Amino acid sequence: MSVFHRFANPNRFLKLTNQVLPWVSGLTVLSLAAGLYMSFFTSPPDYQQGESVRIMYIHVPSAWMAMFVYTSIAIASVCSLIWRHPLADLAAKASAPIGAGFTFLALATGSLWGKPMWGAWWVWDARLTSVLILFFLYLGHMALMHAFEEQERGNKAAAVLAIVGFVNIPIIKFSVDWWNTLHQPASVMRADGPSIDPSMLWPLLIMGVAFKLFYIVVLLIRIKSELIEAKLRKYRRAVVDKAH
Amino acid sequence: MKAFLNIVSRDLHLAFRQKSDLTMAVLFFILTAMLFPFGLGPEPNLLARIAPGIIWVTALLAVLLSLERLFLADYEDGSLEQLILSSTSLEVAVLAKVFAHWLTTGLPLILAAPLIALLFNMDSDAMTILLIAMILGTPSLSLIGAIAATLTLGARRGGVLIPLLVLPLYIPTLIFGVGAIDAAMNSLEAGAVIANARPHLLLLGAILLVSLLITPLAGAAALRQSVE
Repeated sequence: MSVFHRFANPNRFLKLTNQVLPWVSGLTVLSLAAGLYMSFFTSPPDYQQGESVRIMYIHVPSAWMAMFVYTSIAIASVCSLIWRHPLADLAAKASAPIGAGFTFLALATGSLWGKPMWGAWWVWDARLTSVLILFFLYLGHMALMHAFEEQERGNKAAAVLAIVGFVNIPIIKFSVDWWNTLHQPASVMRADGPSIDPSMLWPLLIMGVAFKLFYIVVLLIRIKSELIEAKLRKYRRAVVDKAH
Repeated sequence: MKAFLNIVSRDLHLAFRQKSDLTMAVLFFILTAMLFPFGLGPEPNLLARIAPGIIWVTALLAVLLSLERLFLADYEDGSLEQLILSSTSLEVAVLAKVFAHWLTTGLPLILAAPLIALLFNMDSDAMTILLIAMILGTPSLSLIGAIAATLTLGARRGGVLIPLLVLPLYIPTLIFGVGAIDAAMNSLEAGAVIANARPHLLLLGAILLVSLLITPLAGAAALRQSVE
């Protein structure tokens, strides 16, 4: 709890961010480069899908991130509503567009992969549909956040919505197990170990890590700019007040 | 309990004084459903096949239309603040308002649904399941919609926001509502109708129970924020 409150102070948070950011950015570039190299050159083509299996190295990490970012928003919303943690609102606000971006990427790459494999850009399969719902939840969250005159009210309303919308996350995760649909069942995160060959699993995992780091980098930059903006607003108001 | 009934009867009184609100949702429901035979052609088998989807989608849109007025009038004339200040628990108040909303919107839709089912050539077994599914499903529509209605109080363009917030959350109700009727229509023996539709109906019930739990909490939290 003490750490939790320690970084409620924006200045302390900014200082830590400035220290951490270069390292995380470096790691992101490294892991992304390694992941991309492995997925494009060293991993073998699939015996059924051929070269188009490489779309998976972007698609699967984006889909993971789509759910991960929404979960982070829901956790941040809980923190914001219960403890009124000032940074939680900022984190939720900064995360939403990133998550929406990842969700869009997952849908778009899935559609590009679906055309040669399933013969259709889009099928109304349980997982595709639930990810599409997730995308609209992100859009609703962002729209609600900016719909009010006072930012504070927008933050709180969006937090309630994020928590309510969280019911969709387990539905997405287990949709492929509950309904027998076109989308393949989970092959990495399952109880009896991954069912996918190590030569493909490693690039996938590295890409997953790279995407997560990328999220952290963008999130930190966005929170930082929000904090700086708030500071600027304060200074500007002080100047205006002095002039009067 | 007394407070619950008071709020319900107050909202019903208000609704009956202003009958246009009361009939708008049903009229919208019937008129929109009527458009489909014109758009798709009057072939009876086709109409019977697509009837469950059309009835559910139009019912959903009719509920959506009525959501904005669920809390807006109370918010604008200040009765909402009185309600929050009063000793009644706000969670109970939210449930009461949603119940009144269901009585004035969901119930008329359920009563009108057999008429549309008849016009669309649905058989009687499917119609029974349709009614059970709607009895289980329409309260969830009011409950889930109430969350969006409370969240958008005081928002710019609140009326446009509600569909964006609510429609993603309505999709499970729509899927299982239509699924139940489809299962009933596809069953070959007469005795298997209920058995086939059962899993869908149970899931509709589950959605209802979950929304019964979430709506009072989320709705009350949102109402408190709206008057802060």
